[in-house]
Amino acid sequence: MEKATEVQLARDLIAGKPEAFDRFVEHFRSKIFQYSWMMCGHREDAEEVSQDTLLKVFENFDQLREPEHVRSWVLRIAKNFCLMKRRRSQYAPTQELSLDDYMPALDRNGDQLKLQIADWSSLPEDKVLRAELRRVLDGAIGELPDMYRVVILLRDVEELSTEETAQVLDLTSDAVKTRLHRARLAIRQKLDAYLRTLEGSGDGTRYAL
Amino acid sequence: MEHGTRSEECREIFEMLSQYLDLELPPEACREMEAHLAGCPPCIEFKESLRKTMALCREYQAGEMPGPISQDARQRLLEAWQRAAARKGNTP
Repeated sequence: MEKATEVQLARDLIAGKPEAFDRFVEHFRSKIFQYSWMMCGHREDAEEVSQDTLLKVFENFDQLREPEHVRSWVLRIAKNFCLMKRRRSQYAPTQELSLDDYMPALDRNGDQLKLQIADWSSLPEDKVLRAELRRVLDGAIGELPDMYRVVILLRDVEELSTEETAQVLDLTSDAVKTRLHRARLAIRQKLDAYLRTLEGSGDGTRYAL
Repeated sequence: MEHGTRSEECREIFEMLSQYLDLELPPEACREMEAHLAGCPPCIEFKESLRKTMALCREYQAGEMPGPISQDARQRLLEAWQRAAARKGNTP
């Protein structure tokens, strides 16, 4: 569903139009479930977070001042319920991702330099390989430390703006940008490793000196 | 360029690529970025791989879907909304 449709549904609900109710519930229930599934890692928790979040959303619907930000408003509530559910790594120190781990080097190969990178010019079109790529992406997002995963989910998957994401997470915009870049680099590296296995040889692109 | 290393400029570009792709770089930094990219095929290739990563993330949906909502759960949500709408003077 487009953001504009979401915003319209929120406006309709504020105006007391009952025909918007089921569409809003269906759409956001699925959205909250997917987000909390990726954050909590348990179906049961994700189901509960979806219901608890929607209940709080509707209880406070008269407080929604800016329907154009309904998505980030809902996801902020979902984030708080997810934090209460968090079972994994609750007391584990947060692992920081370092930029240095993600910059591919150049290798000399005879009289040429090659970037240690897979061929990204055409991602697999084949249905089986696309499904496999999806699984790799699933794993790459799932393996990110929480503080990075939440940013990639809000910014790239849910397409919130930097400012909206910062508000949802109580972070500065700069912190959101830093974490987002590292999260993307970590995912890119996993996808790159997978694409290299498709090439077999693992050869990178060559550049003349 | 030494074996296995990239220039300091490549590293600066590398640090700012997400902001560049998100159109969040200030104009001055953006011009510097484009000037470097114009002469550095490895950085262009890396930038493209990051852009494709972002595109894949935008298409991404977790494979799991919630089960159907129960009538009880729906009713609780409906009543909560009706109370909130009534407070605003918009009786559904």
